[in-house]
Amino acid sequence: MVALAISWLKDADQALLAAKNQGKAALLDFSAAPQ
Amino acid sequence: MNFISSHFIPAKIHIKEQPQTFKRFGAQWTPTILVMTPNGEEAHRIEGFLGVDDMLAQLELGLGKSLFKMEKYAEAEKHFRAVVQQYPASEAAPQALYWAGVSAYKATNDPGKLKETALAEQKKYPQSEWAKKASVWAG
Repeated sequence: MVALAISWLKDADQALLAAKNQGKAALLDFSAAPQ
Repeated sequence: MNFISSHFIPAKIHIKEQPQTFKRFGAQWTPTILVMTPNGEEAHRIEGFLGVDDMLAQLELGLGKSLFKMEKYAEAEKHFRAVVQQYPASEAAPQALYWAGVSAYKATNDPGKLKETALAEQKKYPQSEWAKKASVWAG
């Protein structure tokens, strides 16, 4: 997954809540990539 | 990757930090990407690495599926058609074409939309499972 210029949240529930409030889809990226 | 910022609220969950979240969403392998509707329902699941174009095609497909689940059929169709037009060689394209036809049918109640889709699948992606699934509409 390319992470360029994307503000990733680190909490699934926070993303789901924001998605609900903004009427957008949430994208949950489950990763094991080196941080 | 403005596409992601424009259309999604993105979150990255790391296996070492949040193994419980992996379990909660049934993520058993990485990478796993879930497209969730605004209502919190899973619309699309992508498992395994993909190149940029295939990934963007899958995300566009997921966006269409999310809108479809929200019964926004006309909007969903636009995203499904975009997959076919922008990424015609992607693995997502035959499925997107299928769901574009279903969305058009749902929006109009015109069974001709399904027949058109069956013929288009047969022409563009004759070897795909989605062409087989749509073939029932061709008669």
